[in-house]
Amino acid sequence: MASRRPTSDSESRQEHTIQDVIQTAVDSISYGALYALMALSLALLFSVMGLMNFAYGELIMVGGYTMFILRDDSWVLLLVITIVVVTVISVLMERIAFRPLRDASPNTLLVASFAVSYGLQQLAYMTVGPIPKGVSPYPWLVESLDILGISVSRLSIITFVVTIALLIAVTAGLNRTMLGIQLRASTEDFDMARLVGVRANRVIVAAFAITGVLAGVVALCYVSRSGSVSPTLGQGPLLVAFVGGVIGGLGSLTGATIGGFLLGAAVTALQATLPTDLSSYTTLFAFSAVIAILVLRPSGLFARRAVREA
Amino acid sequence: MNLLTLTDVWVRYGRVPAVQGLSMHVDEGQLVGLVGNNGAGKTTTLSTVTGVLRPSAGTIEFEGKEIAGQAPDRILRHGLSLVPENRRIFARLSVRENLQIGTSGRKDRAKAKEDIEEMLGRFPVLERYHDQPGANLSGGEQQQLAIARALLARPRLLLLDEPTLGLAPLIVDQVFDLLEQLKSEGVTILLVEQNAARTVSIADRVYIMRTGGRIEFEGTGDELAARGGLETAYIGF
Ligand SMILES: Nc1ncnc2c1ncn2[C@@H]1O[C@H](COP(=O)(O)OP(=O)(O)OP(=O)(O)O)[C@@H](O)[C@H]1O
Ligand SMILES: [Mg+2]
Repeated sequence: MASRRPTSDSESRQEHTIQDVIQTAVDSISYGALYALMALSLALLFSVMGLMNFAYGELIMVGGYTMFILRDDSWVLLLVITIVVVTVISVLMERIAFRPLRDASPNTLLVASFAVSYGLQQLAYMTVGPIPKGVSPYPWLVESLDILGISVSRLSIITFVVTIALLIAVTAGLNRTMLGIQLRASTEDFDMARLVGVRANRVIVAAFAITGVLAGVVALCYVSRSGSVSPTLGQGPLLVAFVGGVIGGLGSLTGATIGGFLLGAAVTALQATLPTDLSSYTTLFAFSAVIAILVLRPSGLFARRAVREA
Repeated sequence: MNLLTLTDVWVRYGRVPAVQGLSMHVDEGQLVGLVGNNGAGKTTTLSTVTGVLRPSAGTIEFEGKEIAGQAPDRILRHGLSLVPENRRIFARLSVRENLQIGTSGRKDRAKAKEDIEEMLGRFPVLERYHDQPGANLSGGEQQQLAIARALLARPRLLLLDEPTLGLAPLIVDQVFDLLEQLKSEGVTILLVEQNAARTVSIADRVYIMRTGGRIEFEGTGDELAARGGLETAYIGF
């Protein structure tokens, strides 16, 4: 009798650990996929118009507040309106802030994107205030799902399925449709694309609309998990996606997506496994990674080898 | 009838004038050659006509309508299509996608699809590598792709910037054959070339341009011969 208790105790502890490992793995993969969506968005805007859009994080913040306002409405309404609002803001951002700077240098665009980012944050401070607002997710979402005897959070599974579905849809759209071909051509040589008749406005608005829809979905998944929204909500995820994108190479849509996935998954795993006092160093870890990459492979880990010249 | 007319066109890079008071014209159905030394201003001229650069003075008319300063995608829709210097095919797009994007300015989608297939028939190499990325083609193959891409816009005027640059003699022959064939099909062509003798031999009219976009000679091959031929015109190159 006396010897049985410790055994069963360690067994249950072990079970608990396996359970944790699997939940962390599922979380890392699903949030890695979420960061991949963001990195893909940043890369698309960057390669089409030379814009590193730091205001992309604020789209997620806007989505979060939309969810807060609609928290008592039906979930269908919340999903649809959040995505629509974020997409519209994304397109307006282009129309108001970036279109007048169409021919400006990448540096000017970068400064402008910081200004938009900061402006939207300040707007949120002035209107809703600095105190985080609770967006408690639907109980159904946070319930655990039993898969082969292992319980995994439903939200993680949904996040994973939705992001992968979106990645596949965006990839198919980029490869199969005329607009997709035009977008890809524009990421390669925007001036030449215009010379063969690609309409600049159409392609750029499409890029902002597509990345806006993606930001809306990211907001839904991310804020459901964080459970609250504050004016600076978008900064953290934007940083991870940006660094991941740079690691993979912002000039390549595939490279940036993979980079965003890997760094997003790594950061999620680190935050879950490192002791609390160390997990605040994950940002430091991210920046060290980007510096190392910029020194060793300036065009990104997955940048293709030099294209054969005639 | 004048399809394209440039009148007293000035183009500057910053404060440096690259083209100073250029006037020239291309008649419908003709093949017009534009030759000149490196840095003369030939590419600058084509970039200005296609809307990549904005002239600081002068007028550019296509079919009698002013087009100077319009955006490239708009100018293409008037019926001007460019085979640019250094080909600039989309390296990551497949050969077929490079052709598809050439139809961006067209509204007749169904006919455009047929034209792509027809173009693949016309250029066997492109047919063979149709699902390969453009980067995998050799220089001569890329040149054919760039020409096919430009033709798919169904231009009234085809502008070519040194289409034989860096190609083997046999391929150069093929490009010139193709240009003659296009001309016989009624496509109007403005051809910029380093290969002045070949250009004079197939062109209805030629312009010889000197640094600053100044026109040194303008006329037919016979008129050039009467003036002592290319050698005389090219003294000082
Ligand atoms: N982007 C640029 N910025 C500044 N100056 C330029 C630029 N492009 C061309 N130039 C200058 O304008 C002049 C004309 O150049 P352009 O490229 O039109 O010559 P070209 O006749 O096409 O020569 P080539 O036969 O070598 O292609 C040159 O003196 C060149 O140095
Ligand atoms: Mg040139």
